[in-house]
Amino acid sequence: MEEKTNVTAEKKKVTIPRGDPAVEMIGITKTFGSIVANSSVSLSIYHGEILSLLGENGSGKTTLMNMLSGIYFPDAGTIKVNGKAVSIRSPKDAYDLHIGMIHQHFKLVGLLTAAENIMLGLKGKFVLDLKSVRKAVRDICEKYGFDIDPDKKVYDMSVSEKQTLEIVKVLYRGADILILDEPTAVLTPQETQRLFGIIRNMKADGKSIVIITHKLHEVMAVSDRVAVLRKGVYIGDLATKDTNPQQLTDMMVGRAVSLNIERPEPENIRECLKVENLSVVDSEGVTKLQDVSFTAYGGEILGVAGVSGSGQKELLEAVAGLQPAKPGSSIVFTDMDGKTSSLIGKTPMEIKKLGVHLAFVPEDRLGMGLVGDLDIADNMLIRTYTEGNSVFVDMKRPRKLAQEIVKEFEVVTPGITTPVRKLSGGNVQKVLVGREISGNPSLMMSAYAVRGLDINTSYTIYRLMNEQKKRGAAVIYVGEDLDVLLELCDRILVLCAGRISGIVDGRKTTKEEVGLMMTHLPSEEAQA
Amino acid sequence: MIHISKRVDFTLFKGKAAWMNRFIGWGIRLLAVALSLVVCGVLIYALTKLNPVKVYAVMANGVFGTTRRVWAWLRDLALLLCISVGLAPAFKMRFWNIGAEGQVLVGGIATAACMIYMGGMNIPTPLLLLIMAATSIVAGAIWGIIPALFKARWNTNETLFTLMMNYIAIQLTSYFIPKWEHPKGSNTVGLINAGTQAGWFPSFMSKEALAKLDPNAWYTGLLKNTVGQPYLLNVLIVIAIVLFMFFYLKKSKHGYEIAVVGQSENTARYAAMNVKKVIVRTMTLSGAICGLGGFLAVAGADHTISAATAGGRGFVAIIVAWLAKFNTFVMILISAVLVFLEKGAIAIASEFSLSNDVSHIIKGIILFFILGSEFFINYQIKFTGKSGRRADK
Amino acid sequence: MSTTVIQIITLITTAISFGTVILFGSLGEILTEKSGHLNLGVPGIMYLGGIGGLIGSFLYENASASPVPFVGMLVALAGTLICSVLGGLIYSFLTVTLRANQNVTGLTLTILGSGVANFFGGSLSKLAGGVGQISVPATSSAFCATQKLSDALVALVSKGASSSGFLRVLGGVLDGFDKVFLSYGFMVYVAVIIAILLSLFINRTSKGLNLRAVGENPATADAAGINVIRYKYLATCTGAAISGLGGLYYVMDYINGTWANDGNIEALGWLAVALVIFATWKPLRSIWGAYLFGALYWLYNYIPGLTRSMQEVFKMLPYAVTIIVLIMVSLRHKKEDLPPSSLGLSYFREDR
Repeated sequence: MEEKTNVTAEKKKVTIPRGDPAVEMIGITKTFGSIVANSSVSLSIYHGEILSLLGENGSGKTTLMNMLSGIYFPDAGTIKVNGKAVSIRSPKDAYDLHIGMIHQHFKLVGLLTAAENIMLGLKGKFVLDLKSVRKAVRDICEKYGFDIDPDKKVYDMSVSEKQTLEIVKVLYRGADILILDEPTAVLTPQETQRLFGIIRNMKADGKSIVIITHKLHEVMAVSDRVAVLRKGVYIGDLATKDTNPQQLTDMMVGRAVSLNIERPEPENIRECLKVENLSVVDSEGVTKLQDVSFTAYGGEILGVAGVSGSGQKELLEAVAGLQPAKPGSSIVFTDMDGKTSSLIGKTPMEIKKLGVHLAFVPEDRLGMGLVGDLDIADNMLIRTYTEGNSVFVDMKRPRKLAQEIVKEFEVVTPGITTPVRKLSGGNVQKVLVGREISGNPSLMMSAYAVRGLDINTSYTIYRLMNEQKKRGAAVIYVGEDLDVLLELCDRILVLCAGRISGIVDGRKTTKEEVGLMMTHLPSEEAQA
Repeated sequence: MIHISKRVDFTLFKGKAAWMNRFIGWGIRLLAVALSLVVCGVLIYALTKLNPVKVYAVMANGVFGTTRRVWAWLRDLALLLCISVGLAPAFKMRFWNIGAEGQVLVGGIATAACMIYMGGMNIPTPLLLLIMAATSIVAGAIWGIIPALFKARWNTNETLFTLMMNYIAIQLTSYFIPKWEHPKGSNTVGLINAGTQAGWFPSFMSKEALAKLDPNAWYTGLLKNTVGQPYLLNVLIVIAIVLFMFFYLKKSKHGYEIAVVGQSENTARYAAMNVKKVIVRTMTLSGAICGLGGFLAVAGADHTISAATAGGRGFVAIIVAWLAKFNTFVMILISAVLVFLEKGAIAIASEFSLSNDVSHIIKGIILFFILGSEFFINYQIKFTGKSGRRADK
Repeated sequence: MSTTVIQIITLITTAISFGTVILFGSLGEILTEKSGHLNLGVPGIMYLGGIGGLIGSFLYENASASPVPFVGMLVALAGTLICSVLGGLIYSFLTVTLRANQNVTGLTLTILGSGVANFFGGSLSKLAGGVGQISVPATSSAFCATQKLSDALVALVSKGASSSGFLRVLGGVLDGFDKVFLSYGFMVYVAVIIAILLSLFINRTSKGLNLRAVGENPATADAAGINVIRYKYLATCTGAAISGLGGLYYVMDYINGTWANDGNIEALGWLAVALVIFATWKPLRSIWGAYLFGALYWLYNYIPGLTRSMQEVFKMLPYAVTIIVLIMVSLRHKKEDLPPSSLGLSYFREDR
């Protein structure tokens, strides 16, 4: 598991002469509790360049940039802007230094118009001077090639329009250094192309642009230079023209590390879940999943890989009856005794009544899987409280179950009457997984089951997944750590932008192959 | 610079630290009540020039001085408690039922209607009381269901909806008063069935039966002061409701659903609950119990109906339920204190011929202090150096 | 003039003078709610405003041998502003700084306000060593003073009235104009002016824009460098001052400078909360809304043959109409008509 040892040796120091840097971050460290988000990171941003900040989920890219934009304050390290050491304590400080960041979650007021959002909080005349804002907005749009209606309300805007507005807002406030956090995550390919055009225009105007991303083809397409972070550590930077996706992937994911996760050979394979042409559109009309077809077998672990937001959440929720699927989709479940039932269009209650033993460990543990203010024993009831004919809930069994889980998984808690909200992340997850397994599921789905957990707890979770596999349950494991997926799963389904870019054999594939599939659909290969 | 953060939770630790945390919480609350009593004492001193300690003695005497007064206190306590307990399930579900005042009133109207139209039918008292209770429950439930349906279906703002329903109920009461007025032209309903006392809560032992008891026996006084009193039934009904609600919220499947829906609708859907059904069902119950409060007020206390039958208790009960954090037993404590203050303040007012409204002032001051104290329980304040770490999380 | 016309004119004047009380209350509440705070203490604040003005002018009139109405008016105004802003301060300290629950704090403020007002309203003259009902005739006269069209014009018209049909009609029209538009104390016009100014402030100024952002999305406003806490305090306290004027108008003009312990102010206060919903948080809409509420409330007087019971049903109309508006708003889900998004929620920066 430990791979830090070679990090320094791997660092590829490439100095690209560019004159004085606009921003220098020197030895920046930031921790949240026991988690080190950034460990002594040094990074420079030069005038008039497009810099890609590349890294996997949780590699500390956004945290690093948040320290430039005044959201966080570093624990240690120095930030210099144009050679002068500065202290950035609020977004306003950042604006004053001409640094602006466009966050993944837009900071816009839906009820206000574009122009009003741009004006917000600015010192100006008492009477709202929308006329001059409109003119300024139009000037900015003309200069860089935006298209935005200053009088359109934000709630009427598409995601891409909102993003454009955020960029215009930052430019209006005089930013020379623009940081874009995963700007293409919410855009269609056409919108992405348009955005890249704008970014190039801004560069031509002398602005510096930082793009936080984990998509390699975008890095190659738009940036001048790439800086790579991995697990909070700065790995190195390269001129884009001197590198290739393969090299970047290696830097981003690191060398394949042996984790020694057990992987028993699948036995008694049987069809368990057959998904065909599954498409999901969210409430805002955005397509989250498109024509997804696959089969999960009892007795194997099917891994699901993909950059975050590629449709993993929707996939699991559609199976669990929490997400309506588009007409034409089909989800057929086969129980251990061969009984088949269609899950499409069923509510969770109806699925439960069909007798489908389905375990689901959702990504949002305290927001969906558990109730934070209820204690451990009460949380055991979520799946079973309706059992029995009594109007009262049977508290004996959940208490016993809670005690068993606390004991077996070594949950650190004063007792089973402690609200789960007060437990640490790892212990919360043990409680949740323990409960879901206790129902002897024939299908076990988990999303990011080891996110935020320490090594020991992670291994416990892997062991539990394997136990379910040996029991004959079909396990669907959505993960973000490719090393884990490669060692734990029998097959790996790779999602890219809501579609399946392939299903590979976990024993034969390589990290590089999966990494590339995550960012490329087979059809895109030709274009790229 | 002052830095405010959520208070660290000590309950994660075993033993002493957990108790310390609880102790801090109750200590802060007690301090708040003590402070508010000092402020009230100063206020009363300013108005009456009376030694504040003596003031509280007058209050205690005004509330507990005689058996009659104690029972009046119990009666008012029971009514406030009944409404607070009725609100508990709605609040636990995070449904802001501000409409208790109206739900009590329609319950009262239903009760009064039964008394007026069925009072002369010679229905046996227990049966008549049952019918009255049932109609008041139905009336209150209807008043609760209406906003709940709109909340469940269209997410209509329930705070404002239930608030408006109060005034519909008040006008509805005013509609019936001229129809039922007695004597004619008084624009009040007067005591309903003053002669027959049909539909009034009975004493468990009549005066005649009590008179037959041996006046020297040890139990005579006890019986006179308990089963001989007319308000015992109010108290018993409310005790039953308190117990019912305690177990309903803590132990029943419905209570479990309420807790989960109140915490997170996402989790409720994950747990295969029908969120809309839970909302409507819970508000039906909440309205029903508040409606029963109207039954207690009309049949068990006032024996008449007016727009002031609920008398603002529907609003005070909201505060009680909120402060008690949905724990029905804590509600007993808070209602007891509030009703004591109210009655005590009235005693002071009448002793010094001041207006009864002084009781509202005292109630308001104490509630403000308790409300403010919650902050110091949930947050801690650190005085840091000259630079606040504002951008730091 | 025909009786119908006279009746309509009286209904309008009744509606306007009644509506002005709730107009003040709702304008203050609109400003408060725009900052994201649902203040259910409006009735309490109106009580405080009313009694504050009454106490001020009472003390002045008691102390002065021949009280000057104008001075009395200023003293009353000062008393109202002090008391109602104090109420607003208590509320904002608890809900903004101490993050107490807004509903519960507001209701408590209503209890306290009604207690303070009715206590002093009932015992003020006794506490001051006097007897009988509290009364401030001089101050009240300043509030009730009305204007008319130029007397000369009216005299001219009425002189010719007998001879010419046209002039007779004109005289009637002028008289009607006087009654409908000019027969009120100055506070009625103040309310309309405040409504217009408030609307301009909210929609046309940069501070108003910031305020709307605070009520919609305090985290975003905070990130844009707006001092969220200060906006909340200022909006709540200014709102309280405006609501308090409603109590002052009621005491000084509507019931002519006395005190009535009848709970009317509380009922009017809740009507003001209803009006905020009816007006969908828009000050201009609440002007005609207030008058409409007044007209609906008093409509029963102008419908012949109503029993007393049916009269009460008519008084239900403003509330029923408000519920219908509330339902319509949630059905149509037009964003501009919805309550401010953060209404009722406390803001704590580190919760982000």
